[in-house]
Amino acid sequence: MGAATQQIRPPAFLPNWPARLAWLALLAYSVYAASILDFSWDRFITGLDNAARLIGRMLPPDTTPSRMALLLKGLYESLEIAIISSALGILLSLPIGLLAARNLMPGWISWPTRLLIALCRSFHQVIIAIIFVKAVGFGALAGILALTVASVGFIAKLFAEAIEEISLKQVEAIRATGASFMNVISYGVMPQVLTRFVGFATYQVDSNLRNSTMVGIVGAGGIGGTLFSAFQRFDYDFLLTILLAIIALIMVSEVLQNRIKKLFQ
Amino acid sequence: MNTVGAIDREWHRFTPAQRLARFALYFGIVFACVISLRTVQIIPEFLYDAPEQVADLLKRMWPVEWAFYPKGVHEVLIETLHIATLGTILAIIMALPLGLLAANNITPNAWLNYFAKLILVSSRSVNSLVWALLFVAMFGPGALAGTLAIAFRSIGFVGKLFGEALEETRPGPIEALKAAGAPWTSIYIKGYWPQVEPAFWAIALFRWDISVRESAVIGLVGAGGIGMAIDTAMNLFQWQRVALMLVAIFAIVVVAEIAVTYIRKKII
Repeated sequence: MGAATQQIRPPAFLPNWPARLAWLALLAYSVYAASILDFSWDRFITGLDNAARLIGRMLPPDTTPSRMALLLKGLYESLEIAIISSALGILLSLPIGLLAARNLMPGWISWPTRLLIALCRSFHQVIIAIIFVKAVGFGALAGILALTVASVGFIAKLFAEAIEEISLKQVEAIRATGASFMNVISYGVMPQVLTRFVGFATYQVDSNLRNSTMVGIVGAGGIGGTLFSAFQRFDYDFLLTILLAIIALIMVSEVLQNRIKKLFQ
Repeated sequence: MNTVGAIDREWHRFTPAQRLARFALYFGIVFACVISLRTVQIIPEFLYDAPEQVADLLKRMWPVEWAFYPKGVHEVLIETLHIATLGTILAIIMALPLGLLAANNITPNAWLNYFAKLILVSSRSVNSLVWALLFVAMFGPGALAGTLAIAFRSIGFVGKLFGEALEETRPGPIEALKAAGAPWTSIYIKGYWPQVEPAFWAIALFRWDISVRESAVIGLVGAGGIGMAIDTAMNLFQWQRVALMLVAIFAIVVVAEIAVTYIRKKII
């Protein structure tokens, strides 16, 4: 190629050095963190050996009748926990969400309520369950209370945010007719946010169902307790039965939810 | 609706079948609540006792044993963060190919899509605590099991959202690149990647935030991090230390949320 025909053209895509350095830093961090956490190839290989043995002991899943009765009892209790905690959580979230909305309530009401919601949200369900197990003893009640708290944290927060986004014109119109406070809420506010509230609530029902299957690990009732004791007694074949049952339960609930969503569209 | 005219009377918002279905649903919900409330095994004495027990618990937790932080909490707290971060990175690495397989515009093969989605769904259906149990059984107690648990739980989440982001990309830039004769690497890096990059970072940060919360808990089944320290302290009834660790978890969750908000603003 002759020098005359050569043109100096900038490359179409300039190399992005800051981005490349960031990727490199991420890689360096991963290697560093892996060494801190004591990962090694040997451990990984031993782990794979153990995994093969574990799977060998899991198969076939244990389906003796006495075990199945235990499984059904646990699943039933999980369902109860999920249903009651969802119902309580939804009922409590309605007023709490309303109280936390800054456009409807004065600051001296909304800020303490927002603090309460933040407190409900800040801990993982399992940690809340631990505290309730100490407070009300082992069993379903601790699970119900823990998941209720978690539900309030989630639904009330999003509900309050939804209320803060509503159009105040309709509220004012209702107020101008001389309506009482409850009438303003039920005719000015609720029609604007009810569909979103139902959306948050159904999401939380699903989440509660998933979590109700594992709060039992810390003694708060449901199938989780059965699962954890099967694990601790090395009953891996029964463990697999329980896992499959939990996955089936969640899948059934997802199918049901899709059906219900279609019904309301 | 008695006063409306003859034409209006024809109109119903729902068909009778729909109304019946809705009624059945409402009835089902109430029925489920009533049955659950009637059959759930609750010992009422425990409930009456609860305020006393909570007061007792708080009394045992107070004063918080701050002096224990440098000795027994700082290290596990950092370990928790490492587990969450490394787990999320691992999950992203494994979820990217699954996301590509699950996106119909990139992999135009329904069977492969279903296959990838099946893996993603099963990853999501198993809770991180359960993943942690399984990995503890394989790799023994410790951070390795925890990291893998966080990673395997996150694959489903990241892969699903990443696949959906890929499916929403506009075909224009891709066609332009193809028409220019670009090799497939360029199509992916210069065609798809810039379009999904904001979604990618949003998903990664969101998942990291969740992973931080979860990595504080999986230690309860022996998978490393601060959860293990809480378990030990609780078994020894050292409630003042438990209180300290709860405060530490609260702090780390708040810091993670602030960090995520800050980074989101910076790069998205």
